[in-house]
Amino acid sequence: MTPLPLYHQLLDACAALLLLLSFAMLSQRRVVTLVNLYAVQGAVLAAATLLLAWRTGEGHLYLSAALTLALKVAFLPWLLHRLIRRLEVYWDTEPLLNVSGTMIVGLVIVVFAFALAQPITRLTSTATRSAIGIAVSVVLLAFLMMITRRKAMSQVVGFLSMENGVFFGAMSASYGMPMVVELGVALDVLVAVLVMGVFFFQIRERFESLDLHHLESLKERE
Amino acid sequence: MELLLLLTLPIAGAAVLGVIGADRRAPEVNALFSLGTFLCACALVVRVIRHGNLLLGDEQFFIDPFNVFLVALTAFVGLTTALFSRPYMRVELEHGRLSAGRLRLYHSMYQLFMFTMLLALTTNNMGLMWVAMEGATLSTVLLVTLYRTPGSLEAGWKYFILCGVGIAQALFGTILLYVAAGKVLGAQGMTALLWTHLDAVKTQLEPTVLALAFVFLLIGYGTKVGLVPLHSWLPDAHAEGPTPISAVLSGLLLNVALYAVVRSKVLVEGSLHSELPSMMLMGFGLLSVVLASLLLWRQRDIKRLFAYSSIEHMGIATFAFGMGGPIANFAALLHMTVHSLTKSSIFFTAGHAAQKAGTQQMERIRGLITLSPTVGWGLMLGSLAILGVPPFGVFTSEFLILTTAMRTQPWATPILLAALAVAFAAIFSKVQPMVFGETTGRRLPHPPALLPVFAHLAIVLLLGLYIPPYLADWYRAAAHLIGGP
Repeated sequence: MTPLPLYHQLLDACAALLLLLSFAMLSQRRVVTLVNLYAVQGAVLAAATLLLAWRTGEGHLYLSAALTLALKVAFLPWLLHRLIRRLEVYWDTEPLLNVSGTMIVGLVIVVFAFALAQPITRLTSTATRSAIGIAVSVVLLAFLMMITRRKAMSQVVGFLSMENGVFFGAMSASYGMPMVVELGVALDVLVAVLVMGVFFFQIRERFESLDLHHLESLKERE
Repeated sequence: MELLLLLTLPIAGAAVLGVIGADRRAPEVNALFSLGTFLCACALVVRVIRHGNLLLGDEQFFIDPFNVFLVALTAFVGLTTALFSRPYMRVELEHGRLSAGRLRLYHSMYQLFMFTMLLALTTNNMGLMWVAMEGATLSTVLLVTLYRTPGSLEAGWKYFILCGVGIAQALFGTILLYVAAGKVLGAQGMTALLWTHLDAVKTQLEPTVLALAFVFLLIGYGTKVGLVPLHSWLPDAHAEGPTPISAVLSGLLLNVALYAVVRSKVLVEGSLHSELPSMMLMGFGLLSVVLASLLLWRQRDIKRLFAYSSIEHMGIATFAFGMGGPIANFAALLHMTVHSLTKSSIFFTAGHAAQKAGTQQMERIRGLITLSPTVGWGLMLGSLAILGVPPFGVFTSEFLILTTAMRTQPWATPILLAALAVAFAAIFSKVQPMVFGETTGRRLPHPPALLPVFAHLAIVLLLGLYIPPYLADWYRAAAHLIGGP
């Protein structure tokens, strides 16, 4: 068996790092670290994009890498850190499922994700197709994180990490989306975070805490 | 040209109202912009009647019989809701439920919301459609929380997170579509997400990937349609937000989301040659109808009641699209139209009823007919119309759906009929005492605008008796396009 070319190995390393970061996020309860992990995930994503851009020579991938760097590594983490300081939410409470339990569920999810990615992998001819399974895993792990967390801030980071996974999927399956769509998606993510920021202040103003168990009164009453 | 104006007017409106939205005359400006948008939509309709399908703006926009009537409907309900909201929001202001500053947010976001829906309807690019759908969520989240009550914050958060997660799944589905199309269309460029191009090559797309894409797209956009079990955001958002927003969410946003689902279904069915998409739509649709009609019994809040009724009706339309074929598709399109008109008119009257009684709790709303005959009759007639009493249009569409179900899916007919009967009993028994009986309400400082209510109901009545030929032609052409067994 011939050894894989270097850029390919690097890409696979990036993919593995992304998965590792997802697991790290899943087990992390300190909100500040969570945001930092998200920023690192963004950086790995930008590196992978840059590598692909260099390899394929597609101009729009450079742009997309720059966009990732500006938005997901610099701006959003900065905004989230500011919010954390202003709102003084540093720790998430004990998640609904304890950490080791979550990890085991996470492992099952990864196996499931690779099975799910099989038909897509067969179809694509991109150099990065082995990474599609990882992209699906990142999406599903972020989903798991959103389900098990109670603090609004952790749910938001989960949501953003999910978007990272989708983005990485697009990258590895088809070298990204058309530029218009990518710009639109970036705009939506940006606006989403801004809206969430406004939202946090509204929730805080009303309940004096960002714990979501206050938000469980609207149920079907007998 | 019409299209350009149609899309730029709401944006301009959002910008202008973002500046002067707190002004005393802002509601009129809002209505004026909506009127302009509606006129543009009319011009677009005239052009489609004259020239047929349009492919505009470097193929990025596409108008065909399937979306042209939805564009007109969206612009029309947008206009009537703006008219309704003039006195309604003034009363809310005087009752001290919000401040003038929040009214600015409300007006500006209202226009932005109209823009995102019109963009989602007219774009030919599946990626842009996704962007517009997410934009629609984002522009309404802060409207749901407009009153800043604990309930509205919870509703807004639920809406945000559930639809956000849902829509992320839809993005993944869109990417899969792009991957499959890139294989056939060759280009790693713009054309691989254009619906018209995808439609042309749909038989060559890789079936397994498309099946997977459809699952993601259905979960994603289905969350916004409010299909059970993805519906839990819907009643909360409808009940806690201001009434004009409930009306446009229920009457328009759900339609646009269903439109996205059906557009995806057309592509996937062409590639798959199997029953999977149809079965999934029928399953989700039937589940929504049954569960929503059962939950109707337990509602105490008037707006929650009709929110569940929206889930039920969206379920009916989804089920009909699942059955497919010319008659069921025709009926589903008609159902989308009449449901949108009827449900928004019901929310208008329900909003005024709640203002008069000072509460949304149904047991404390009594005797509307003595206090204000127009509100009382409006609510009664609207409820009868939505329950499918002839000769209203809802009866026509439900009748067509049921008869088709008897022919092609006989097993589902008794379930549908039973659910409709349960819904009838539940809603009628709750509306009847609210309309008749001793009154408890108060007078309002601004006379309610009830013209939109009766205009909507008149159109629904008309559609029950007579469908104009060009509208029928659109329905038929769209039904053919959507296809099915």
